[in-house]
Amino acid sequence: MSETMTLAKALNSGLRKALEDDAKVLLMGEDIGRLGGVFRVTDALQKDFGEDRVIDTPLAESSILGTAIGLAMRGYRPVAEIQFDGFVYVAFDQIVSQLAKMHARSDGHVKMPVTVRIPYGGGIGAVEHHSESPEAYFAHTAGLRVLTPSNPVDAFWLIQQAVVCEDPVIFLEPKRRYWDKAEVDIDATPIPFDSARVVRSGSDVTLVTYGPMVRTCLEAAAAAEADGTSIEVVDLRSLAPLDVETVTASVGRTGRCVVAHEASVFLGVAAEVAAVVTQECFYELEAPVLRVGGFHTPYPPSRLERLYLPDLDRILDTVDRAMAY
Amino acid sequence: MAIPSHPPDDSFVQLLTPEGERRENPDFPLDLDDDAVRSLYRDLVLVRRIDAEATALQRQGELGLWAQLLGQEAAQVGAGRALRSGDMAFPTYREHGVAWCRDVDPLTLLGLFRGTTNGGWDPEAHGFALYTIVIGDQCPQAVGYAMGMQHDGAEDAVMVFFGDGASSQGDVNEGFIWASVFNAPVVFFCQNNQWAISEPLERQTKIPLFQRAWGFGFPGIRVDGNDVLACLAVSRHMLERAREGSGPSLIEAFTYRMGAHTTSDDPTRYRLDSDVEAWRLRDPLERVRSFLHKQQLVDDAFFTELDEEAEVMAKRLRNGVRNLPDPQPADMFAHAYAEPNSLLTRQHAELDAYLAGFVPEEAR
Repeated sequence: MSETMTLAKALNSGLRKALEDDAKVLLMGEDIGRLGGVFRVTDALQKDFGEDRVIDTPLAESSILGTAIGLAMRGYRPVAEIQFDGFVYVAFDQIVSQLAKMHARSDGHVKMPVTVRIPYGGGIGAVEHHSESPEAYFAHTAGLRVLTPSNPVDAFWLIQQAVVCEDPVIFLEPKRRYWDKAEVDIDATPIPFDSARVVRSGSDVTLVTYGPMVRTCLEAAAAAEADGTSIEVVDLRSLAPLDVETVTASVGRTGRCVVAHEASVFLGVAAEVAAVVTQECFYELEAPVLRVGGFHTPYPPSRLERLYLPDLDRILDTVDRAMAY
Repeated sequence: MAIPSHPPDDSFVQLLTPEGERRENPDFPLDLDDDAVRSLYRDLVLVRRIDAEATALQRQGELGLWAQLLGQEAAQVGAGRALRSGDMAFPTYREHGVAWCRDVDPLTLLGLFRGTTNGGWDPEAHGFALYTIVIGDQCPQAVGYAMGMQHDGAEDAVMVFFGDGASSQGDVNEGFIWASVFNAPVVFFCQNNQWAISEPLERQTKIPLFQRAWGFGFPGIRVDGNDVLACLAVSRHMLERAREGSGPSLIEAFTYRMGAHTTSDDPTRYRLDSDVEAWRLRDPLERVRSFLHKQQLVDDAFFTELDEEAEVMAKRLRNGVRNLPDPQPADMFAHAYAEPNSLLTRQHAELDAYLAGFVPEEAR
């Protein structure tokens, strides 16, 4: 059965299914119950599953994570929402020192099937702390998995796969794409959650990206085609671990690679992709791997964010530079 | 109108004086048979012996570090013996006495401080969570676990341990709030040992710690932390209260860290010998020993046999720690993730290939 839904609605449907499938699944976060979340991702779930399973918490991110860890120790499968990307740092210690390490610390006795949902990224004209891309911090931490959907179909499946995963998952939701719509076949079989996907085939250059930038990159690829450049777009979907094979297979075909993300490029996901591609595709590369992304500045006031965020032109400018070698 | 000052209240619950005199407290009646008192004394002696042996093993280079509990035996044994099998304890890194009560092999603790493991026991099997080294992190976790018990409809409770230093941490205070608003079955057990490495209690609080509880909406009580009977009675009471659905409480066990913070610390740099000597007169073991003598609950053979038992245990620890197998390279990768992880698989293979490049010692 197929249904047209927004990315936010796809997450809502995925969470609903997770709650139906396993009584141990609990949702917790600020304003997720009666209000349904500030982005309405958890709309109506408290009404249907009760206040004990969809829990409005005190405003204390560190303890949203801390109690989720305790609940996981007790056998629950908490899905914790951090309301905005810039508020997750309050919980950073519980995530990095506890959530990520508990399974190893216990020699495998204690599983941590905790999903941490975080709306992330810019482009919505927000005030400070509401537009950040913190993925590299979490991808850098052993013990965590980092997933990010770019479209409603992946959102529907990835959130369910994150919930059933026995490892802790940082689940980054591209907030400026919450209202993008697509047809979701809810009876389909999803691809593995840790695999990337070629979302557009091309022959001249591989454009690697994820989350909110996938749509921008697809638009860039469509524009480039008119100019005679064939761009292959790879949606990483999983940032930790990376699906190295899908990326290197693509670069093996095209010989060129550009990586695009909103986060600062310095020590970002693109740096890791560039290193891996250089190592694995050294003899196929016609040009150095180039990166396009945010600058090493605090996220700017929103009237400047269109300069900070890579747009179609800046991506194509980088593609042109890769093609010029 | 003058602003009223907080009522001063430094009293604590004491059921056994430092001289070994029994005191009754109508709020915390404790009816123990003779065997039970003897058993508590045995716990105290053996726990102190574990601590002494581990300290010696660190000095001999067998352990990288040891966090001493000397002086806090009564607080830990009293609390630990109040727990039932279905309860869960969340320790810091100094709760060796509680670990003892929860049947965690002291050798496992030594492995942690030797560097053969970062924990390794099964919390569910022991009702004893893993040691937490980051100060206060265990508090919200304990509350989450208690919320899970509540959700399960279990009639059990959680006891979470922390110190006076941790009482300043955000996570501890957040834990108080969550426990309060969710009415979670959790007992906060603060061992106020007066020192957070070199920082005295006065740097953490202006009021007695137990009084903070009322501001969070639940009762707090101070207990003589060197009195095993008082710690047991008050812990039992508060745990039962939590199991019955009456919510959280805070116990401040007023005690003293007789040793250093850890074997890396030098307390002579920041505190007076005279203070330590004053606390020595309130030793948690001596008062039980006096009580046992005065009540003629034991004969000399009891003490001789207990000393022998402690000696046998110490010997087992000495030999055991030296024979703890070092972890293997594969152990580093084994539990980093619960599910297969392509990055880890690749890195593990790279390390194996690198290690395979060495000529085995016996082949040289």
